[in-house]
Amino acid sequence: MGLFEETMESIKSLPIRDFLTQAINFGMIVVSALMIYRSLMIITGSESPVVVVLSGSMEPGFARGDILLLHMNKDRIRAGDIVVFKVNRREIPIVHRVIQVHERRDTGVVDVLTKGDNNPGDDRPFYAHRQLWLQQNHIVGRAVGFVPYLGWATILLNENPVIKYILIGTLGCVIIFTKD
Amino acid sequence: MHSFGYRANALVTFGVTILAVMCAMASISDNLNIPSPTAHVQVMNVNWFQKQPNGNDEVSLTMNVSADLQSMFTWNTKQVFVFLTAEYETPQNSLNQVSLWDAIIPSKERAKFWIHTTNKYRLTDQGSNLRGKEFNLTLHWHVMPKTGKMFADKIVMTGYQLPENYR
Repeated sequence: MGLFEETMESIKSLPIRDFLTQAINFGMIVVSALMIYRSLMIITGSESPVVVVLSGSMEPGFARGDILLLHMNKDRIRAGDIVVFKVNRREIPIVHRVIQVHERRDTGVVDVLTKGDNNPGDDRPFYAHRQLWLQQNHIVGRAVGFVPYLGWATILLNENPVIKYILIGTLGCVIIFTKD
Repeated sequence: MHSFGYRANALVTFGVTILAVMCAMASISDNLNIPSPTAHVQVMNVNWFQKQPNGNDEVSLTMNVSADLQSMFTWNTKQVFVFLTAEYETPQNSLNQVSLWDAIIPSKERAKFWIHTTNKYRLTDQGSNLRGKEFNLTLHWHVMPKTGKMFADKIVMTGYQLPENYR
């Protein structure tokens, strides 16, 4: 109770000009984060420039919680590339290695088969029903770089929404109510 | 100005910056290494060669693979993923790459190896074009770093041919 009233008091006692400055600062932080992400999208040509590895299917190369930097250029997909793909019925993208490529002579369409380094068999069971190959349109990006552990923060936040709300709330309060 | 929060913030920011710079430098230092790998593959036997019920040709091979990839390892190398593909052209496809065998090399000590193996993955064509087909065997490698940029390259070995008849 006391905390709430104090908070309301501090909002009321804030001169309107200070309050606006804080609001603009807050907006700047949000907008610059968005700008960085969007610029990365343009530079890498991939709709998600970074992905967090969620499963152990590429162990020991990539472990859960590692971050991959993606790039999407005009280069054709070749065997050995680590690609991130989305299959129609699954929302979560998968990061696996290409083990088979067939490129059509007339149309240039590429048929691709993938497999996780740590999985015993190829990915056909993960594909849509009766789907044998991935095409270019299933592929979101190609992994070019690697940063270990950095993705654990997002995994923790996504799997424990309570932590997420507490963190966002605290940060918001800190930004709005600190006076310097 | 000198509250606990400010000090903690400054410390964490500085720590993260140093870490990021060190990671970037480790990744850049990989460029100084110019590897000189060697590889040799011998096809010892065609175990079977048939047309699957769906019309695709399938082959099983026994191979001797030897390679020396020690020069690829640097201090920033976590592992080297090495794999062997059969590569060929068909009237329908300008490129076919089929992975036959792969391995993860965890350390420099294990990077010079010799292995007698059948193909781990099926060598299956899209269609029925493999009789008498000339193909290349390509040893690819993918250097996976502890942090930073990944490297990949290959050695192409030419002059392999499949038999004229199913067996």
